[in-house]
Amino acid sequence: MKKRLAALLIAAMFAGVLAGCAAAPAAAPAAAPAAQEEAKEEAEEPAEEAAEEAAEPAEEGGLIKVGIINNDPNESGYRTANDKDLKAMFTEENGYEASFAYSLKNDEQINAAQKFIQDGVDYLLLSAADTAGWDSVLKDAQDAGIRVILFDRTIDADESLYEASIVSDMAKEGETAINWLKGQNLDSYKVIHLQGVMGSAAQRGRSGALDDAVANDGFELVTQQTAEWNAEKAQQIVQSVIDSGAEFNVIYAENDDMAKGAVAALDKANISHGVGKDVIVMGFDCNKWALEELLAQNWNYDGQCNPFQAAYLDEIIKKLEAGETLDQKVVIMEEKGFDATTITQEDVDNYGI
Amino acid sequence: MRKSFIRELLSNQICIPVAALLILTIFNLIVDPGFFRITLGQNSAGFPVLTGYLITILDYGSELAILALGMTLVTSSSGGQDISVGAGIAIAGSVILRVLCGTNSRPDTLQAPVIVAFLVACIAAMLCGAFNGALVAYFRIQPMVATLILFTAGRSIAAWINNNELPIISDPSFAVYGGFIPGVPLPTPFFIALLCIIVMALVLKFTNLGLYTQTVGINENAARLNGLNPQLIKFLSFVILGLCVAVCGLIKVSRLSSINYSVIAKDIEMDAILAVALGGNALSGGRFNIWASVLGAYVIQFLTTTLYKMNVQSDALPAYKAVVVILLVVMSAPSVRAKLAALTARRRNEAKEA
Repeated sequence: MKKRLAALLIAAMFAGVLAGCAAAPAAAPAAAPAAQEEAKEEAEEPAEEAAEEAAEPAEEGGLIKVGIINNDPNESGYRTANDKDLKAMFTEENGYEASFAYSLKNDEQINAAQKFIQDGVDYLLLSAADTAGWDSVLKDAQDAGIRVILFDRTIDADESLYEASIVSDMAKEGETAINWLKGQNLDSYKVIHLQGVMGSAAQRGRSGALDDAVANDGFELVTQQTAEWNAEKAQQIVQSVIDSGAEFNVIYAENDDMAKGAVAALDKANISHGVGKDVIVMGFDCNKWALEELLAQNWNYDGQCNPFQAAYLDEIIKKLEAGETLDQKVVIMEEKGFDATTITQEDVDNYGI
Repeated sequence: MRKSFIRELLSNQICIPVAALLILTIFNLIVDPGFFRITLGQNSAGFPVLTGYLITILDYGSELAILALGMTLVTSSSGGQDISVGAGIAIAGSVILRVLCGTNSRPDTLQAPVIVAFLVACIAAMLCGAFNGALVAYFRIQPMVATLILFTAGRSIAAWINNNELPIISDPSFAVYGGFIPGVPLPTPFFIALLCIIVMALVLKFTNLGLYTQTVGINENAARLNGLNPQLIKFLSFVILGLCVAVCGLIKVSRLSSINYSVIAKDIEMDAILAVALGGNALSGGRFNIWASVLGAYVIQFLTTTLYKMNVQSDALPAYKAVVVILLVVMSAPSVRAKLAALTARRRNEAKEA
């Protein structure tokens, strides 16, 4: 009797977990605001695909047909904001008939592209999961007279295969932040530098500007460590600096999560931070909660990594439709940096992701 | 008489983590005695708090020590390890935040008492443990393979529990569990770990859990012939580990008053297993010394903190831990042990002749 009961219980549990597994993947990758850039760089994570198409009637009514291939919107806060922005722009009211396909896997994205080519879309908008492997399918698109525009990510393919690419300039994000920091006119700059996963574009770009400042402007690095976008690691690294008794007055964290971990360590040791306090806290990505910290003046600066590419895409398509030629192939998006002394609730609502 | 006492001490397994601790201590004394400086400061509320590397070790080593308790039992009874504890912590932490936040992910006040949230998390984590335990005990799946399921799916489940939202708790009373109790100069996680250790000590002293677990680990058939139920013992050890996981989850989410599903308690399972190994326990099961594991956990944190202090890049930390693992594995290999024993025996003989 007891045995049978146990067996039953296990069976129930098994079923429950299986159900959990089935339900979970859809939710899975959203998990990581921190893994944001990481995933942005190389979406090799074994994530699921969630191919889905906006069901719209395929009527020819002067609508421009676009096929949009993106990474899974659940991947990160960045991606969610990006997808929302695209969906808001490419509507019938704005003169578009849009189909969406999502995947974090390159081969599935290529399949989706082939399907869009067969469907005869006018434009193919692509945020590639991986940089390689796109040549042949883009050639097919070109032969079919379909114009390709890349957004967010570049690919290793001949430039002639696409009309334009709209990307973030991570190095410029770093420069904007460092210029802001220089503008604070501190007597000395003793910086704790929390880096992202080494080698990712976001890390290299954002680290580069600070390294230059250390070489040329007398900035001093108290410590330079990778916390791998991870708040817990950031907390331990900053804790270690505090324990050593070394002086510092700036925390330069390459994303919001690491800044949060650093602030947790400061709070624990009773070191004041924020506007007009002992330590300047800088983060990146403009998560909504981070901008709220800015608004409360607990942090000093947050650099944007702009997920809002739809307006740029719209502009380029309008130009191409009008028969104009584009001035430049690579369009670098405008990205802001927010200062805690000037940020408004409006900024938080508009730019928070 | 005295000689045999020393030899007994050396053959005691707790001598492994103690030796490791001594090496680290001497190393730090030589490099920078400032490592051992502890200062009494004040926190923002004006209460006294102690700070210093040693306090940091006690603080951050706590989760690992708690996990080492459960992991030792699992290792002993099943002869395998649970690699899903990190994912389990994500689930437990997510459950805690879910209960505390209710439907709003940014509540101004807690929607439920912390103890309720913690109890719900305990149930969730123990269910995860029960799932692992059932697979291992009743379906006879290798522990590492069985726990691979939750290792892979756990973080997704954690994200799903909170609808992929990012709950943030602004109520400062929640930060107590990963910070300081007002007026107490030592960090709270240390006291939580201490409490867990005391409870475990009482359980081992007043029940037969320790004896039964070792019996099952050493020889399952003999245990059954002696009237024990090996499956139940194995199952139980995984459930107890689940409870430890829930406690860790509370500390982890309290530290940041938030959660990041994909990186919370990342790679902690490896550290927990290493703690058990460093405690001199055979990873193939059987006899165990739980206090050696706890000491092993703090030694690992000692190593981590030392490396952070030396400004070793944090992505290189696993390499240093790997060196420790290699040393342990080599030292505990039967052939090496036999050689060492032969060596000491020969030296003793030579000493006698001389």
